[in-house]
This record gives sequence, C-alpha cells and structure tokens, in this order.
Amino acid sequence: MGSPAVKKEVPVPHPLEDLVRMERIPHIWCSGCGTGSVFTACLTAMKNTGINYDDFAMVSGIGCSGRGAGYINIDSFHTTHGRAIPFATGIKMARPETNVIVFSGDGDLFAIGGNHFIHAARRNMDITVICVNNFIYGMTGGQAAATTPHEAKSSTSMGGNPESPFNLPLLAYAAGATYVARWTMLHSRDLADSIEEAINHKGFSFVEALSPCPINYGRRNKQKPLDTLREYHANTIIKNNADPGELGIDFKQKVILGKFVDIEKPSHDEQYHRLYHETSTKS
Amino acid sequence: MKHVIEGSHAISEAVKLARVDVVSGYPITPQTHIIEAISEYCANGEMKAKFIPVESEHSAMAAVVGAASTGVRTFTATSSHGLALMHEMLHWAAGARLPIVLGEVNRALGPGWNIWMDQSDSLAQRDTGWIQLYCENGQEAMDTTLFAFRLAELVNLPVMVVIDAFFVSHTFEPVAIPEQEHVDDFLPPYEPRIALDPDNPFALFQMAPPNVYMEMRQSIHRAMEHTLDIYHEVENEFDAVFHRRYGMIEEINCENADIILVTTGSATSTARQVQMDMEKQGERFGILKIKTFRPFPGKAICNALQKAKKVAVLDRNFSFGSGGIFAQEVKGALQVLSQGPVVFNYIAGLGGRDITPDIISEVYLKTRDRDLPPCGSEWLGTSPRDEN
Ligand code: SF4
Repeated sequence: MGSPAVKKEVPVPHPLEDLVRMERIPHIWCSGCGTGSVFTACLTAMKNTGINYDDFAMVSGIGCSGRGAGYINIDSFHTTHGRAIPFATGIKMARPETNVIVFSGDGDLFAIGGNHFIHAARRNMDITVICVNNFIYGMTGGQAAATTPHEAKSSTSMGGNPESPFNLPLLAYAAGATYVARWTMLHSRDLADSIEEAINHKGFSFVEALSPCPINYGRRNKQKPLDTLREYHANTIIKNNADPGELGIDFKQKVILGKFVDIEKPSHDEQYHRLYHETSTKS
Repeated sequence: MKHVIEGSHAISEAVKLARVDVVSGYPITPQTHIIEAISEYCANGEMKAKFIPVESEHSAMAAVVGAASTGVRTFTATSSHGLALMHEMLHWAAGARLPIVLGEVNRALGPGWNIWMDQSDSLAQRDTGWIQLYCENGQEAMDTTLFAFRLAELVNLPVMVVIDAFFVSHTFEPVAIPEQEHVDDFLPPYEPRIALDPDNPFALFQMAPPNVYMEMRQSIHRAMEHTLDIYHEVENEFDAVFHRRYGMIEEINCENADIILVTTGSATSTARQVQMDMEKQGERFGILKIKTFRPFPGKAICNALQKAKKVAVLDRNFSFGSGGIFAQEVKGALQVLSQGPVVFNYIAGLGGRDITPDIISEVYLKTRDRDLPPCGSEWLGTSPRDEN
C-alpha cells in the first residue's frame, strides 16, 4: 500500500503567542477547568486595546488562577495569598502610566484578601481586577470559600455550606468601584470585550468571570464540566445596569450577567495629582 | 490497633480523640488534610466540635483565641505563609495564656514559591511564647498531639505540634490509634483557669502599662520553665496509658560516642539507618534527636553532649546573617561547659530537598576528619555558583 504524500504542515502560531511565555506551556490547569478561557479572554482584551504590552503589568495572588501571572509574557508578579491588590496599588502609585491588571481567584480576592479589595475600590484605584470565580478554593483541594453557595458541598463543608456567599458585584459597587461587570467563561466574546472596556476605564474596574472547577467543586456537587457550561448557557440572563442588589447567584433562578456599573469619577492617581502635585507646582 | 494513615490524619485523629470543642481552619498546602478530615468528622457527627472555615490564617488563630477564652478546648492547623500571617495572633494566644493546640506542617517560605519541607516557618515563631514539639513520624504526631493538649492545659501555654511537610504529613505509615477510653483516662475534660463568664465578667486583653507588662512577660517565662519541670511527669502519665514516650530529647547510642549528630524531625529516621549501616563498617556516632524546641531543654542537651568531642548539628533551616537555628541554640546550651565539644553546623534539605543517607554520611565523615569546623555553617548538596 503506497502511502499518500504527506503534506508538510506549517505550524500556525497561536494568536496570543506573543503574550504567552510559551516555554511554560502546557499550563497546570485541569481539563474542563474554566480558568484558561478567562485567561484567554484577558489576553485577547489586552491585545485588542492596542496598548503597548510594555505598558501593562499583571499581578496575581495564590490559587489556580494565580498561576496566570507566570504564563503572561509581560512584567508580572505572583504574590502572596490575598495580597495581589496591595502589590498592584504600589505599582500604580510608583508608575501611574502603567495599566495594572490583577488576575486572581475568588478565594484569594474575597476571603484572605477581601479587605484590600474594598479599600482599592473605595480609593477608585485605577487598576483592573479580574476575578475567576469558581466558588471554591481549587488549588488546595476544594475547601469552602467566601463564594461557595449556601448548602453546597466542599471538602470543609461535607454536610452542606451553612454560610452564604458574597454577591461580588454588589460588594464592588458598595465599596466604590466605578466599573463592574459579570460574565461567564462561556461568554468569551462578551467577557473579552468587557475586560477591554475595564482596562480602558479610568478608575477601579472589576470583572467577575464565573468559571467551572470540575475537579474540586463540580465533583462534590454532582456537576460534570459540561453540565456547568449548560447552566451558564441556559440559566443566565444578560441584564445590563441591573440593580447590584439583585445579583446574588442562584442557578435555580436566572443568574444575571452584564455590565452593572460604569461611572466616571476621578481616580486615585488623578485626585492625588490634583491635590499634591498641582498644588505644589502652584505654590 | 494499628491503621495505615498519613501523618496529617494522625493529627486529625488525635484532635478527634481529644474531644476538642472548636476548630478553625484555612486551607494551605501541605496542611489542608488535617483540617479537611476534622471538618468531615464534624459533618458526619464523629466529633461534636464546631468547625469554622475562616477567611485567613490570621482569623483562624483569632477565632480560636476567642473560643478558648470561653473555656473550651480548641485547635487549628497551618503551615508556612499561613503561620507567618498568624504571627501577631500567636503572641496573643501565648500572652493570654490560652492552651490552644496548633498543628504546624513545616514548609518553606517564599518568594520562590515552594511548598516543601523547611523548618524556617516554625522557628521564626520561637519568640512568641509557644511550646514547640517536633515529630519524627506519624505515630509521634498522633501521640504528641494528645500530649500537647494535656501539657498546654497544665501550664496554660499554647503548643505547636510540628511535622515535616510531605515526609511526615503525606506519608502513610502504620499508626496505633488509641481507644477513646484510654485517651479519656489520660486527658481529662479541660478545666480552664479563667473563662468568660457573665456572672463574673472579665475584661480581657486590656492595656498593660510598664508597671505590669514586664511581670506578664515573666509569667510566660516561668510557665516555660515549669514546662521543663513537669514534662517528664506528664510523659510518665502518657506512658502509663499508652506505653510510649519520646522525651524532650532522645539519645540514640550516645554513650561513649566521640561524635554526636544532632537532628530533628524525619531526618532523624534517616540518621538512625545510617548509624546502623556505618556501625557495620566500624564507624560509630551517636544521635541526639531534639523534640522540644521551646522551652529549649538546654540542661538535658548539655548533659547528653558534654562527653562528646565533636557535635554536628544538622539544620533544615537558616537564620540569615547567623547560621542554623538549632546549632545556635545548642552552642548556647554548651556555653556553661568549660571544655565542651566543638560544634559543627551543617545546612541541608531546605525547600524540600532530600536529606539522603549520603548527606548524613557526609556530615559524619566531614566532622570526623576535621579538628575544627570551618567558620560559620556549611551548606551541603548545593550546586557551585558564583559567590555574590
Ligand atoms: S483545581 Fe479546579 S480551578 Fe484548579 S485547575 Fe483544576 S479545575 Fe481549575
């Protein structure tokens, strides 16, 4: 049997190859994990802004999504648990012209680091915070987090979670964030567009990206990876400008996605410049 | 009866048997298995305790300080960065003289993220007023946890039960799990020295100006000294029930040994094997295992080492600008001797690097072949680099 002439395939470069440390690929994320899709949306958004890559910095905390900072080929920081936002704040203070993106998870940003989130929002620090919300501490094996749904099972709530989760967009809004949106990793275009808008937004911007952790959340809550995606498709509704008070997550009802807050307000560096630098040059 | 369980779960089992009332927990590798198992016991009713998955390690310690102040038995566990974050609260637990027990899995600190074995995390807490007990294997982890509750409640000081990341925490070994009734014989219900009580209200943690602060610190110091005094007695009680004891230190074939190797944790097991192997080749050294780091059993260590010519301290930790921490302490303890042994200090196994039998042999041979140690500590098994 003669074998047909093998056509030599020229490898097509990945469209985001210029933003990824290819030597670190394959990544650590499990198959069926949503973190990679959120990360792709983030890199796509960065690319689409047209901003020079040298004018970005990425900061991550700890957790599966925290590995993002190690895969991006720009200045990046893999910081301690919960502290991505204060690191980002320091970078922004020193280099106000830098677009600082915090890419981290719900456990990191809203439990151990919760205090930093509300204060950066209150200051209207001009940074972009992207939260991969998978309802669990994924990396350490699926313990109950500040986002774990009420009654959900986790390795530290096998009898069901007695606590209630944060409504993250409401928290962001109440603390003073000037851009707030929520998408799922399945809504990849909307998510990328939203992150792009968040980067271009002057002030504290927050994008929540719902994302499955089949290994450590789905498994204990009888949800296969595709079930979660179906839920993201069937049980969500886009409602821009929805009242942040209505944004609690309950997949038995419709989970609301969209852009909820987009207001103009002087950012921390603008206020600082006006009050300190402009006054000192005047006097 | 013996069960094959991992080191982490030896601690969880002991916490269950100790009838602890309140447990707080925050995940951090390689500790998480300890609190996961406990939370499961709470969920399935094996334990009557209340478990709270708090929002950080700082809160984990604060929550058990609060709970212990009401006069109940408490436990939490952590590792590495978690322990560092707890640091402030560790002072509060000891300062309030609360008998909290903490499971601590030794792990390296960043940066350079590293989840593996290294003692720098717990040793950095040496001045917080916590008793620190280091364990060699799963059985010792189980026994020490039970022992820790009794000791803590007798001296009113918190106790840290320390195990090696992975080498002990994730290693499955046969462990004798005692019967509940035996544990109850050894560990009576906790009778708090003070407890929040609306009929007799206390104001805890108030200002302590210069006229009282120093006495408060001294009382912690006295409690540490008292710990050294009663340790043996508490071990007698433990031994009477469980027929096992570990000692603050263990001397392994130290009689007439010219060279004594000082070890801690699981590296001691490797050293035991090397000791046996080398004995067959006509080489002889003693091993001194240090279990109790705080309070530091200086007198006992001095007695054990005074007849040796050379002491080789193997440190799995380092204090920058100084040296291995156990070596510093051992040198300090030997100061009272007019002609004590020469102390060599070797650094090995940081950040999870294995301390192999070859490394232990190297420690012995290097010590045997030289009269005096080189200046400072000697790092073993590192790759040669440009010095800067
Ligand atoms: S543990 Fe969960 S969040 Fe982490 S990589 Fe796996 S699926 Fe993703």
